[in-house]
Amino acid sequence: MYKYSDFDTAFVAERNRQFRHQVERRISGALTEDEFKPLRLMNGVYLQLHAYMLRVAIPYGTLNSAQMDQLAYLADTWDKGYGHFTTRQNIQYNWPKLNDIPDMLDALAKVEMHAIQTSGNTIRNVTADHFAGAAADEIADPRPVAELIRQWSTDHPEFQFLPRKFKVAVTGSPNDRAVIKAHDIGLRIVQNDQGETGYQVIVGGGLGRTPMIGKVLHDHLPEADLLPYLEAVVSVWNLLGRRDNKYKARIKITVHEHGLEDIRARVQERFDAIRPSFDGIDQELFAGIKSEFAAPAFRSAETAAFDQAYQSNPTFQSWADSNLSDHKAPGYAIVTVSIKKHGQTPGDASSAQMRVLAELARLYGHDELRISHEQNVILPHVHKSDLPDVYAALREADLHTANIGKISDIIACPGMDYCALATARSIPVAQQIATRFDELKLEHDIGHLQIKISGCINACGHHHVGHIGILGLDRAGVENYQITLGGDATETAAIGERAGPGFAYDEIVPAIERLVLGYLDLRAAPEETFLQAYRRLGLAPFKAYLYPEARAHAA
Amino acid sequence: MARAFTPKVVTANALLEGDVIYLAADDSWTRTLSDAELLTDEADAQIRLLHAEQQSERIVGAYLADAIAGPNGPEPTHFREAFRRTGPSNYFHGKQAETHV
Repeated sequence: MYKYSDFDTAFVAERNRQFRHQVERRISGALTEDEFKPLRLMNGVYLQLHAYMLRVAIPYGTLNSAQMDQLAYLADTWDKGYGHFTTRQNIQYNWPKLNDIPDMLDALAKVEMHAIQTSGNTIRNVTADHFAGAAADEIADPRPVAELIRQWSTDHPEFQFLPRKFKVAVTGSPNDRAVIKAHDIGLRIVQNDQGETGYQVIVGGGLGRTPMIGKVLHDHLPEADLLPYLEAVVSVWNLLGRRDNKYKARIKITVHEHGLEDIRARVQERFDAIRPSFDGIDQELFAGIKSEFAAPAFRSAETAAFDQAYQSNPTFQSWADSNLSDHKAPGYAIVTVSIKKHGQTPGDASSAQMRVLAELARLYGHDELRISHEQNVILPHVHKSDLPDVYAALREADLHTANIGKISDIIACPGMDYCALATARSIPVAQQIATRFDELKLEHDIGHLQIKISGCINACGHHHVGHIGILGLDRAGVENYQITLGGDATETAAIGERAGPGFAYDEIVPAIERLVLGYLDLRAAPEETFLQAYRRLGLAPFKAYLYPEARAHAA
Repeated sequence: MARAFTPKVVTANALLEGDVIYLAADDSWTRTLSDAELLTDEADAQIRLLHAEQQSERIVGAYLADAIAGPNGPEPTHFREAFRRTGPSNYFHGKQAETHV
């Protein structure tokens, strides 16, 4: 894992010192809220519905056990004993007091963490595949690239007042688990026919008010050209992006309005101009960063203990089938720990659970943890012989839910329970759907199905790319939920199609139940997933289950 | 034609805690909506809002929120204000959990 250099340590300490004084000046009345707000946002501090919120970056979703323990310490010391993992691999604390936040930031700095550029019109926390460095299908670990971009973009003088926020995601695998096509820039590490590593650069993706799937701007960018090329893209958008209308400010609109060819030509021109100023320091730095992400020393051991538990313990078997993924090292597995027990708030972990996860990483996981954009926690490197012990420990901490990729593994934004921007609640809808399908005991029969819920049009809950997307709106002073179908967050990304009129708060869960039971009727075979059935059949037959009264009326 | 004025309360968040607060008739800030001053006159409401906005060292983001008269004081008319006076629905946190109401 990357260790802070002296420069990083000094930079974060200085930033924290400045922010502490800014908070003091705000409290003394020397700064007005209008003056203070941009300063607090640069440091991840929001004011939400009931309290302040501190958003802490977990760069490329990677943590060690000491960092996870410290997140638990913050939750206990300055919050209400829990934290909320977000869809951009951050953690949010929902209840800090303004005058405690400087102490929280100092505590984070002790474990090489910060909240810089987790908000505001800057380049945000760079996210990555949560199986980075572990996945069997990986060409290269995306985290060194993400760290290089973090260092380049942090406090980049040209990019502190962008037209709008700018989000970058990186994957090193052909199977996209980082939703790179719904980012301002998505990078995929690729190899050409000559075996040379490069990047496919995808630009102009994004969800929100105007959802768009990113377009390929460069098919194979040489490794050494990455930073000047990224700088050219952001620079072109910085000048061209619309500052007159914040709903049209994101790069997806710029690409849409100017056309991909025009943007590509402008980027090339800018790239040619600035390329000579990158004299190779970035590549030296990159080489150093890469060495810090060297794989741990994987061990060779028998996996008989795993096989035996798998054969003899049905609950272990069910968990293993749902929550394990293929690892690149023989005898190893990637463990996804669900923090979505049926009825719990998606993405929330208590301080006690965080400590259990940290301890498991120390004992069995080469001291590594990951946070997924799907709001779960990953132990990326566990030897299969240790899995029965890991499972037993997770069970004790109530972290053993076997639902990864299933209907109750729901992404949900905080919604109107916390967020000042929300137009409706999302958490209780997620809780009720998960509880209902647990009661029906149909979850495993239904198979792979992603429900994603947002409490406003900004789409933090990724509803557009959910197989079933739910968007909560305020319709004449009442919560109302729109359903979209057929979205896809992977390498075959697609924006879901709106199914029809919205549902009231007390109608949305029954509507989802009708829809999913309808899918069970419609599927050609148990192996055909919801998304496959949708792609084969289209919207109409699903719509008939959602709106039975319309069908009755037409008959 | 301008829309008829509907009753309002002045609400904001406390600077230090971020907690939801309301302006009371005696110029104090209360954490309880039912203790807020219900403003039924538009000009009066604007003056009370200006008064609140001048207290930048104590509060953040003052605005006028719709409310109606209830048996024990003002009550919310929109669900957003109902959540603000209660707290989140997934945990018993926030105002609903505070004992000094």
